[in-house]
Amino acid sequence: MTLLEVTDLTVSFPTADGVVRAVRGVSFGVEPGRTLGIVGESGSGKTVLTQTLLGLTPGADVSGRAAFDGTDLLGLDDNQMRAVRGARISVIFQDPLTSLHPLYRVGWQIVEMIRAHDKSVSKREATERAVDLLRRVGIPRPEQRVNDYPHQFSGGMRQRAMIAMALSLSPQLIIADEPTTALDATVQAQIIDLLLRLQQDSGTALIMITHDLGVVADIADDVMVMYAGRAAEKAPKRDIFYSPHHPYTKGLLESIPSSTAARSRLRPIPGSPPSLINLPSGCKFHPRCGYVLDRCLTEEPGLRPVSPDGYHSSACWLPLQAAGLSERAEELRAETVREGRGEAAAEVFDAEAAGAEGSVAG
Amino acid sequence: MSTADPAPATHPATDDVLVRVDNLVKYFPVRSAGLIRRTVGQVQAVDDVSLTIPRGKTLGLVGETGSGKSTLARCVAGLIPVTSGKVTFNGRDITNLSRRAMRPVRREIQMIFQDPYSSLNPRRRVGAIIGDPFAIHKTATGAERKRQVQELMERVGLNPEHYNRFPAEFSGGQRQRIGVARALALRPQLIICDEPVSALDVSIQAQVLNLLADLQQDYGLSYLFIAHDLEVVRHVSDSVAVMYLGRIGESGPEGAVYTSPRHPYTVALLSAAPAADPDAAASRQRIILTGDVPSPIDPPSGCRFHPRCPKAQLLCGEQEPPLEVKAGDVPTHLTACHFPVEAGESLVTATAATGAAGGSELT
Repeated sequence: MTLLEVTDLTVSFPTADGVVRAVRGVSFGVEPGRTLGIVGESGSGKTVLTQTLLGLTPGADVSGRAAFDGTDLLGLDDNQMRAVRGARISVIFQDPLTSLHPLYRVGWQIVEMIRAHDKSVSKREATERAVDLLRRVGIPRPEQRVNDYPHQFSGGMRQRAMIAMALSLSPQLIIADEPTTALDATVQAQIIDLLLRLQQDSGTALIMITHDLGVVADIADDVMVMYAGRAAEKAPKRDIFYSPHHPYTKGLLESIPSSTAARSRLRPIPGSPPSLINLPSGCKFHPRCGYVLDRCLTEEPGLRPVSPDGYHSSACWLPLQAAGLSERAEELRAETVREGRGEAAAEVFDAEAAGAEGSVAG
Repeated sequence: MSTADPAPATHPATDDVLVRVDNLVKYFPVRSAGLIRRTVGQVQAVDDVSLTIPRGKTLGLVGETGSGKSTLARCVAGLIPVTSGKVTFNGRDITNLSRRAMRPVRREIQMIFQDPYSSLNPRRRVGAIIGDPFAIHKTATGAERKRQVQELMERVGLNPEHYNRFPAEFSGGQRQRIGVARALALRPQLIICDEPVSALDVSIQAQVLNLLADLQQDYGLSYLFIAHDLEVVRHVSDSVAVMYLGRIGESGPEGAVYTSPRHPYTVALLSAAPAADPDAAASRQRIILTGDVPSPIDPPSGCRFHPRCPKAQLLCGEQEPPLEVKAGDVPTHLTACHFPVEAGESLVTATAATGAAGGSELT
């Protein structure tokens, strides 16, 4: 049974410059014990999406449904949300230095967290639990470190403390928003290892938000790729990496320098992501897409299944078989482009290609 | 590249080497609080580092936070005085030159910084920012300066008509291009890139990396390329140096260091880097190092990596290993380790024999 089922979530922010359409009709589900990786670049809406679920986007216009274990998160008032946040869904943020209070001891902050949700726990009991949690996340000598201030912890230890806090009330779902981005490679490996281990022990569901496809390859079961506030592609991990259908996913994978093609030329996606106030018509990716068709300029594609089992879906007009990084898929795409591209689409493509060329040729 | 000159292999023709760093040391004093600010310690940011950057090539510098890679770069650029050691540029000793003597050298050495948001003055127009080098070095004025600036803008893929815009009107990737144009203005021989793509999104990062590669080819630039992303460094570098706590642990040609690393730290770092390939990620044996990088104020004795090293023996804590060629390696592949990793050896099961348990090093 699905733990969290988000349906057609839309979030926009009215600003002086216009309406920022941060999330536009996103649906996804998270099963208990599984990890959903949400990948996207800056401004793709991945953070707004999860913060909205937790009621952390005041002032936003929200519509849609988010059924968490039977209750609609979007319909909760502040008090009800407070009971869910932290206790049943907890969050780990990117920067552990700014998410811990600098003037309170680490242990006190964990105790506070426990007691805020359950007044019947005595301070002493809560402290014991804090020590125990710090031990579980691999902090040495937790009996002493529990009395330290955040500045006495290193970056990796602070992130461990954050994870301890996120675990303190045995939540059913943990949302980790770029939890390793601020950390060094060897420390990142420690934290990912820890998250995987804790998840195995407790069966918690995890939503991992990241821009790093490497982290997703490591930790996720399912992946959702976001672009300009929408899900571009959604699939089990291996499908995303080995047979991507959406040109954006494909572009992301080809932009990464990989050891197999050292020193060869990278194939970046031309241009940059669109402004969320002033979105392009049709498919929001079309100005940067090498496979743009006439249809893409006017009609925005919705997610549709591209694999026989239906688990792999993509929001793109290209034929279903044109998935993968193979030559065959490339041929299929080229063929479709020949058939489906008129002058308008060719113009868009040529303009973008010229822009990309400008960075190459003198 | 190799010349017809039959010079012995140990002395490469100096002409091939653009930058030579010999035994560079940079300590920062730690002063006590209060009226009399006594020096109570030294941050040993860079400690006895030697390396060379060949002409027209890229040296990649890898290391975690606090390994001293940025400090080293600043010493090479002459932005901070060095404590001891020597930096030779184009065969000339440029260590601790006076400001005036340094000025012509600065034209030859430029930097690109990590954060394209904070390295550009938000209140100045892009044309003025890119034109600064011409103004400072008095090489072009008026219409000629504008023409050259617009040429540069076009060269790095910016629209020359945006000459009068402010940095805020550009995206992150475009801002990094502005930084590149500024660095390129005086046709330097060396560009020091300090994490030039770390703040950029993946798709934009590839654009900037391609641009840097093109410029290198066209102008014969040398790069000192600093990044914490190992795949990015591998992609751009001809040779690589791995730093740990102010020292070089391993250095050599890119292929040698990445495919047959000898230093346990390099091995761990490579195993820790996430690869965007689920099958590779699943089959890989990741070496989880215990603890964090120790403080450079009071670095560990002997080999600085020994408290976290899965292969550490008693000797490692007592004696510092020299950076030298290990048996079976190419002569340019140097490793500072008493017990270098052999081909096929797994560090996942290795246990240190120093008596100290790994966990205690976290303190």
